[in-house]
Amino acid sequence: MFFKEDTICAIATAMIDAGIGIIRISGEEALSIASKLYVDTKGNHSLLNKDSHTISYGFIVDENENKVDEVMISLMKAPRSYTKEDVVEINSHGGRLIMESILNLLIKNGCRLAEPGEFTKRAFLNGRIDLTRAEAVMDLIHAQNEFSMKNSERQLGGILFNKIEDIRKEIIYEMAYIESAIDDPENYDLTGYDERLKVKNEDWISRLNYLINTSEEGIIRKEGIKTVIIGKPNAGKSSLLNKLAGEEKAIVTDIEGTTRDIIEETIRLDDIVLRVLDTAGIRDTDDKVEKIGVERAVQSAQSADLILYIIDSTDDEISDDERISELIKNNHVIVLLNKNDISDRISILENDIHNIYGDNIPVIKTSMVDDTGIEDLKKIITDMFFNGNIIPKEEIYITNIRQKEALLNTCDSLKKVQSSIEASMSEDFYSIDLMNAYSFLGEIIGQEVDDDLVEEIFSKFCMGK
Amino acid sequence: MIVDNYDVIVIGGGHAGCEAGLAAARLGLKTIIFTLSVDNIAFMPCNPHIGGSSKGHLVREIDALGGEMGKNIDKTYLQSKMLNKSKGPAIHSLRAQADKLEYSKSMRMILQAQKNLTVKQAEIEELLYDDISTDKDLIEEGYEKKISGVKTVTGLIYKSKAVVLCTGTYLKSRCLCGESISYTGPNGLQPSNLLSQSLIDGGVELRRFKTGTPARMDGNTIDYSKMEIQTGDTPVVPFSFDTNPDDIQKGQHYCYLTYTNEKTHEIIRNNIDRSPIYAGIIEGIGPRYCPSIEDKVVKFPDKIRHQVFIEPEGTHTNEMYVDGMSSSMPEDVQIQMYRSVPGLENCVIVKNAYAIEYDCLCSGQLYPTLEIKKIRGLFSAGQFNGSSGYEEAAAQGLFAGINACMQILGKPYLSIDRSEGYIGVLVDDIVTKDNLEPYRMMTSRAEYRLLLRQDNADIRLRKKGYEVGLISEEKYKALLLKEELIKNETERLKELKVGASKDVQDFMDRLDSPRLKTAASIAELICRPELNYYNIAELDPERPKLSKDVIEQVEINIKYEGYIERQQRQVDKFKKMENKKIPADIDYNDVISLRLEARANLKKFKPVNVGQASRISGVNPADISVLLVYLENYRKNSNH
Repeated sequence: MFFKEDTICAIATAMIDAGIGIIRISGEEALSIASKLYVDTKGNHSLLNKDSHTISYGFIVDENENKVDEVMISLMKAPRSYTKEDVVEINSHGGRLIMESILNLLIKNGCRLAEPGEFTKRAFLNGRIDLTRAEAVMDLIHAQNEFSMKNSERQLGGILFNKIEDIRKEIIYEMAYIESAIDDPENYDLTGYDERLKVKNEDWISRLNYLINTSEEGIIRKEGIKTVIIGKPNAGKSSLLNKLAGEEKAIVTDIEGTTRDIIEETIRLDDIVLRVLDTAGIRDTDDKVEKIGVERAVQSAQSADLILYIIDSTDDEISDDERISELIKNNHVIVLLNKNDISDRISILENDIHNIYGDNIPVIKTSMVDDTGIEDLKKIITDMFFNGNIIPKEEIYITNIRQKEALLNTCDSLKKVQSSIEASMSEDFYSIDLMNAYSFLGEIIGQEVDDDLVEEIFSKFCMGK
Repeated sequence: MIVDNYDVIVIGGGHAGCEAGLAAARLGLKTIIFTLSVDNIAFMPCNPHIGGSSKGHLVREIDALGGEMGKNIDKTYLQSKMLNKSKGPAIHSLRAQADKLEYSKSMRMILQAQKNLTVKQAEIEELLYDDISTDKDLIEEGYEKKISGVKTVTGLIYKSKAVVLCTGTYLKSRCLCGESISYTGPNGLQPSNLLSQSLIDGGVELRRFKTGTPARMDGNTIDYSKMEIQTGDTPVVPFSFDTNPDDIQKGQHYCYLTYTNEKTHEIIRNNIDRSPIYAGIIEGIGPRYCPSIEDKVVKFPDKIRHQVFIEPEGTHTNEMYVDGMSSSMPEDVQIQMYRSVPGLENCVIVKNAYAIEYDCLCSGQLYPTLEIKKIRGLFSAGQFNGSSGYEEAAAQGLFAGINACMQILGKPYLSIDRSEGYIGVLVDDIVTKDNLEPYRMMTSRAEYRLLLRQDNADIRLRKKGYEVGLISEEKYKALLLKEELIKNETERLKELKVGASKDVQDFMDRLDSPRLKTAASIAELICRPELNYYNIAELDPERPKLSKDVIEQVEINIKYEGYIERQQRQVDKFKKMENKKIPADIDYNDVISLRLEARANLKKFKPVNVGQASRISGVNPADISVLLVYLENYRKNSNH
C-alpha cells in the first residue's frame, strides 16, 4: 500500500544527560522490533501480548540478552496514537550513551532513524492532525526561540483554532440567514437586517484586528527582529556587528546576502532573536558600485524593525543626510555615539542628537575597543520589546505569515461587507464577501482546503520522497 | 417480437421526457418517446406556473442550450412577473402562470411535428441489455451491462442504443388523501407498476420519495374581494432568448393573495394525527422546501399566518390552485381547513389535495453525464433522479438527452460546472449529494450566483448549445455580436469622461446626485446608486443605439464590477480543484488515512476530480487534504 511506511525511531527528549529520556518508535513493526529488545522481570519477551495504552516495566537487552537498561515501555496501538501507527515509547535512564545504544539496537533490528518532524509528518499524512496543527508543528521544529516554541505549542493546543472557529460559526450563521431569506422571504425577514449585520461585522473586524496585532509581535519574535545597522562609512558598523555576534558564536549563522554589500547575522539576546544586517555606509557617492550598496542599505533600513544608527562621535558634525533623517523619523532607532574611548577628540554629544531627532530617542555612548555600552545596548533592545508588553500565558499569537495574510484578507472582505451595507446594496451582495471571509478563516484552521498550503506543507514535510 | 430500431428511447412524456426526446431528434437521431398517456404530454400535475426563484434561471438556461420549455411557456402563459426586482440582479427571477391545458397541447404538437421523433402510448415493463462480457473497454470503464432496448407490456421489443428514463412520479405510485389510498399516478392517471422490478433486476437501487399537491377550488365559490389582487408585469419579459417580446404581450389573468390564520392552524393541530405523514403511513420522504401546510404549522409554531396564493389553472376551467396549502389531510379536514381562510369560506373543492409516493433512484448511481454508472447507455432525468419541480426535470431531461446523443455520436459529453450554470449546480448536487428528500433548486444552492444570472444565461451557455448542435450557426453568431456590442459599449463608457462644468453640476443637482469633484467617466457615474444608463443619457448624447438586453448587460457589468470580479476569483479557485483529476483506477483502500465514511462514499460516488470529491456527503476537508497529498505522491511516483 501506498502510505504504509517503514518503522522509524528517534530520541524524543533532548540529547543531554538528563534523569530520564524517551525513545519513540512508530510504524508497523514498532511492536515486533521493541518486543525483540524488551524482556519483563521474568526474562520473557512478552510485549506482543500487552494491551494498547499500557505501561510495562522491564529491561532492554541486546542480542546476547545482556541488559542494557532498566525501562518502562508505553504501548499505543494504531490508530489510537499520535501517528495513527503502532507507537512504542521507551522510557530509559536518559544517559546519552545508554540512549544511543538503545537507538542503535533498534536500528540494527530494522528501524530507521526518523528525520526531523517525521512523526508529525506521519500524523499529518494519516489524518491525525489538520493543516494548522501540522503547520504549528513545523514551526515548532523550526522555532528559533522559546517564545516561538511556546506559541507553537499553544496553536497546537487549538486556542487559535477555537478563536477562528467562533468567528467562522457566526459568519456562517449570518450567511445562512441571508440565504434563507432569499429563498423563503415569507419566513425570514430582512427588514432592518443590514443594521444588525453591521454591528456584528464591526465586532468580527475588531476581534480579527486583535489577532492581527498580536501577529506583528509574533512574527518579529519568531523570525527575529530585523535590526539594521546604519551609519557613515567607518563609523564602526561592522565592529558592532562582530561585537554582538562574537559573544554568541555558538548559535550564529552567517548568511551572506545575495549581494556582497549586506551581511546578515542571527544573534540571540535572552529570549529574543535579532536578525542583524550590516549595511554599506550611507553617504553621497559617485562610485557606481558603492552607490548601489548605499541604496540597498536605505531600502533595507526602511523595512527594519529596529535601526541602530552609529555615529562617530569624533566627527565634526552630524550628517545631514535626508535619507537618514527620514529613516529615523519613521522607525524604532537607537543612536550609538561610537568611539567614546577617544575621549579627547569627542565633538558630538548626546544633546546634539536630542536637538536634532527629539528627546525620546535613546542614545548610548559606545566603544568597540573597550566594549563600553554594549551591555546597555542589549538591555535597551530587550526592554524595547518586553516593557509594557507582558504576555499573558494563555494568549495566542499569530506567528505565521500565511496565517496573518489570511487574517488580513478576512478583514478586507469584512470591510467590503461594511461598504456594501453603507452603499445600501441588497443583502444578496453581502454574501460574496462573507463567503470570502469565511473561506479565508477556514484556510487558517484547515477547514477549507487551500491547495497552495497542501503543496507547501507537502514540500516541507515530504522532501526527498 | 422486435418492432423497430431506434437510436434513443425516452421513457416518459413529462417535462424531462419532452426535452430529452426533442434534443435527441433535433440532433438527428431516430428517437421515440413512450408515454402512458399521449393526452397528458408535458402535464403539470401540481402548480400552474413555470419559473420563480432560481427555477426561472433554469428555464433561461434550458433555452440558452436549445431546449423548449421557455418557448412553450412564452406561448401559453396567463400572467408573468419578474420576481425580486428590489434585490440585486442575481436573484431577479422570472415566473409565469401557465395555462396548463394549452401548455400541454402546445408541447404535444411540437413533439408530433418534430422530425425524427415518434410519440407512442405504451407502458414499458422491461429494460433489455446486451452481454458485454467480451467488451474489455466497457468493463474497464466500470460498466456491467449495456442497454439494448425496451419491452412493452404488450410484449413488443424496441431496440435502441440509449434509453433515457424520465418516469417522474409514476413508478409504483400511490396517492394518499388522509386514510384513503389509491394506487394511481398523479391526478388519477395510470401508474407504471412493472418497470421498477426490471430496474432492480438490472442492479439499480431504488427508494421511495414523496411529494404533494394542494386542492383545486371551484373558482365560482371563491370570494376574491377578501384577497389582494396580484398582477403581472407590463410589459412582459419573455423566457426565451428567441421570443420577440412584442409578440407575446397580452391581457393577463390575476392571481390572488390571502393568508391562513390561527383558526386554520388550530384545525390542523387538532387533526395532525390523521395526517398520513404524522401517522406514519407515508414511507417516502417529502421535500423540506416545498412543505405541506401541516409541516409549516408544525415547524413554525410561532407564525400566526402563512401566505396562500390563489392561481388560475387555465382558460379551459374555472378551477383555482391554492398555492401554499398542499396537504395530505383527510378530505373532511381539508374542507374545514380551506374554509377557515378568508375568501375561501364557501369554497367547493373540485380536486382534493393529496400526497404521492413513488420509486426513484438512490443517490450515488449516476455519472456527471446523468448516465447510470453500471449500465452503458442508460440515462435518467427528473423526479426519477430524486429531484422535484418541472424546471429541474426539464433541465435534466435536456442534459441527459444531449449526453445520450453525445455518447452515440462519439462526441464529447456536455458538461456544465457549478460556476457555469444552475443546471451545473443541479446536476452536480444530484450526482454527488446523498439527497434524502426530493431535491429542489434554490438560489442558495448556487455559490456563484452573481455570475449565474437569468439575464446572462445566453452568454453563459449558448456556446455549449452550439457545440452540441442544438443552437444554430445563425443564433450563435447573433450571440457573438451581442457580446461584442456589450464589450465595446462597456469600454466606451469607461473612457468617456465628463468634466465638472456648470451644466454637468446642474444636471447632477437635478438628479439628486452629489456634484462632481473632478472629471468622471460615464461608467463611474453609472456606479452611483441613484444613476443609471438611461437617466444620464443627456451627458452622453452620442451613444450608439443599442438593444435593451445589451444595455442591461453593460449596466450590470459596470454597476457591480467589483462584486463580479471578486466572485470571478472565487470561481478561479473553485476551478483549480475541479481541474485536479482523480485517476479512474484510484484504489481508495490505498489512501489509508481517509476516514471510514469518507472512503465508503468516495468509492460509492467515484468522483472524477478533487472538487467533486470535496462536495460528496461525508467527505470533510481533512479527507480532501489527505487525498490531495496522496494524489501529489501518486503524481510524483508515476512521473518517475
